[in-house]
Amino acid sequence: MIKVSNLTKQYKRNTAVSDLSFTVNQGDVYGFLGQNGAGKSTTIRMLLTLITPTSGNIEIFGMNLQENRTDILRQIGAVVEKPDVYKYLSAYENVSLFARMSGIKVSDKLIKNQLEVVGLADRSKDIVTTFSQGMKQRLGIAIALVHNPKLIILDEPTNGLDPQGIADVRNLILSLSNEMGKTVVVSSHLLSEIEQVASRLLIIDKGKKLVEGSTQELLDPAQTMIELDTADNIAALDKLAQSEWATALQPERNGKLLLKMHKNNIPELHKGLVALDIAVISLQPRHSLEDYFLQITTTNQHVPTFAN
Amino acid sequence: MFQLLQIELYKIFRRPRTYISFAAITALIGIIQLGLLRDGTAYVEFMMTNVMQTFSFDGKILNGYLVCYVLLQLLLVHVPLLIALVAADMVSGEANMGTLRLLLTKPFSRTEFLLAKFMASAIYTFLLLVWIAFLALFVSMFMFGTDDMVIQKTNYIVQLPVQDVFWRYTGAFCFAFLAMLTVSALGFFLSLFAENSIGPIVTTMSVIIFFTILSTMSIPLFQKIQPFLFTTHMVNWKEFFDPKVNADNAIIIGSIQKPGRIITSSLVLVAHVVGFVVASIVLFRKKDILS
Amino acid sequence: MKYLIAALLCLQFHSISYGQDMMELIKKVKAKLDQVNDYVAEGNMKTDVAFIKAPVGKVKVYYKKPNRFKLKRDGGISILPKGGVTVNMSTLIEGDAFLALAAGDAEVNHVKVKVVKLIPTAQNSDIVLSTLYIDVARLLILKASTTTKENGSFEIEMNYGKYESYGLPDKLNFSFNTKDYKMPKGIALEFDDEEKQTEAEKIRRKKGSVQINYSKYTINQGIAESLFK
Repeated sequence: MIKVSNLTKQYKRNTAVSDLSFTVNQGDVYGFLGQNGAGKSTTIRMLLTLITPTSGNIEIFGMNLQENRTDILRQIGAVVEKPDVYKYLSAYENVSLFARMSGIKVSDKLIKNQLEVVGLADRSKDIVTTFSQGMKQRLGIAIALVHNPKLIILDEPTNGLDPQGIADVRNLILSLSNEMGKTVVVSSHLLSEIEQVASRLLIIDKGKKLVEGSTQELLDPAQTMIELDTADNIAALDKLAQSEWATALQPERNGKLLLKMHKNNIPELHKGLVALDIAVISLQPRHSLEDYFLQITTTNQHVPTFAN
Repeated sequence: MFQLLQIELYKIFRRPRTYISFAAITALIGIIQLGLLRDGTAYVEFMMTNVMQTFSFDGKILNGYLVCYVLLQLLLVHVPLLIALVAADMVSGEANMGTLRLLLTKPFSRTEFLLAKFMASAIYTFLLLVWIAFLALFVSMFMFGTDDMVIQKTNYIVQLPVQDVFWRYTGAFCFAFLAMLTVSALGFFLSLFAENSIGPIVTTMSVIIFFTILSTMSIPLFQKIQPFLFTTHMVNWKEFFDPKVNADNAIIIGSIQKPGRIITSSLVLVAHVVGFVVASIVLFRKKDILS
Repeated sequence: MKYLIAALLCLQFHSISYGQDMMELIKKVKAKLDQVNDYVAEGNMKTDVAFIKAPVGKVKVYYKKPNRFKLKRDGGISILPKGGVTVNMSTLIEGDAFLALAAGDAEVNHVKVKVVKLIPTAQNSDIVLSTLYIDVARLLILKASTTTKENGSFEIEMNYGKYESYGLPDKLNFSFNTKDYKMPKGIALEFDDEEKQTEAEKIRRKKGSVQINYSKYTINQGIAESLFK
């Protein structure tokens, strides 16, 4: 559905995206991950023709994006960053206005239906200025969906939302994919969210691709992240430095250690620490995307020292 | 394209800001009209002190036609601000609100998008001038009646017979539309480069004020560059009120002393409008939307 | 040269000696004008002043003895020199409080005329001096130049036709001096360029004229007093 090859965006001084290639297949919920400034937004804007690539090629629906811009855009619905709409218009008017711009036949029923889907039916006549962030986000999504696009691109859709809002968006993405068969590209730096919805993942850092693959593959259940807390973490680090099967990624903020290791080695780690008379306070497996992301993006996998 | 234009107009006329201009013009014209209705004779005498020493005037000098001329002289200096208020906001306002990126992911080319926006601001400009024409000309005609129009130029007085005035106003308003469209195009062009509307509005006004000062000051250095400033050409609507005279120094009905000036100025203004719009399109097509 | 001086001297003597005759001539002219008690005249008026661009317009002129005069534009505004056109021929020679002096012969438009100088004797008269050029045969004033205290000097030239018998002209050309006229720039708000004036043009600019071509007179039909207000 989307085929990006060797995409590069060069600004005067810095390279926002460098030689990026990836593929989104039909029906994917494609998670697009990276820290702030990693180049996610630039890439998404290039997919939507808001930014012109310096080099590289983008194909969507099997067509070249630059040559078939309007045909392609007609079948895309997008929320880019904040879901900004016309504040002086009502929710209904906003959805109706953008629906008309998408070139579809607009009916009262269609607009009302769409507002119903995102749970704004009772506020449809209200001016957007009065809306909360979550309501604006839902309105943005209603606008993205109203023309029934094949491909939906959501850039940071959970930004600024409360936990309930985040859960709502997550459920909405899942239903778009599972019930309506849409292809969804969703970017975020909130990795725990993506982990639960994405079928495939692309992780980028500093404009470069770090890894691409199915969520299942990438989150190899054998390789796991261990959060370790002992009575003497410095001694524990020493022990780990000697071992070959564990890598200390970095101390956690709360003073715990974060390790990457094979599941099978956990008993050995425990045994070793006990043998050294280091009391283990807690040993917890963690296999979230966040840890995975951290593992890949921490380029210098040095053994850190504790500040205290 | 037509749909885009409809949507742009819908957006313009749903904003409270749009009506500020109409309200401001109504208030301004209304106050001047009331003032002239009360003390107009004194005003005319003051304006014509010099010539009234030698000549006596018999008839209704302060009539609707003269009032409209006085209003236009005063207003057309300020209307650019009101035009800029909307035109300079056309793109920057969308960038500021964050709607620009959403708009540009809709299936229209950027050229279509810009043309629709410019046409919408042109229509706004047109409606504003129609409103001015309605208030300044028609309401004044109703309030003050009509008669020959006696106006002062720098070096001479012109008396236009009552039946020879209306078509001149038609021409003058068409020309004024072109002048205001130039302001609109300038504001529109500047609105591409900012992510808030204050910048382009202030810049548009500054350019117009600065150029107008250069256009007005009779300093040899400035006079050399005056033909190249669009503000010099913007005031040439007044040429419509300068008729030709025959060998006996009697005016020729339906004539214009320097039609060439009107044509030249119109062409200069059209060139500016086209230039600004084309430049906008060329630049905007390449522009990365980062707002 | 000698002859010329002699002729001039002769002329001078001649005119003085005929001073009394001039008074008679004026009386005859006046008698002719006195046939008219009032009139309404219609015609076209054209104002020719360098700094005024005005259209040719229809005018109506109302006159009533002894010195009531009103010029009205038929719809529209009339611009007239102050105290100018209102001076009518009969007003000029009204009463007999003046001295008439012969000032020789001359020609106006190829017609031989007598030149008569009128000096008002009344102290409060606005007129300082009038010079009349009279066609003795027809008893018509063809030209009059007048110097006033308040309203400058002006010259009136008249051509007669249909209404000759009443002493009323078909065409009247009123020329006068105009003051230099200039607008204060700030008020005018005009940006138009000032064209360079030549000296000759400057002089020409100081002369102005009003020309009236009468097409029809309605004589002695009575006029309401209210018209002159």
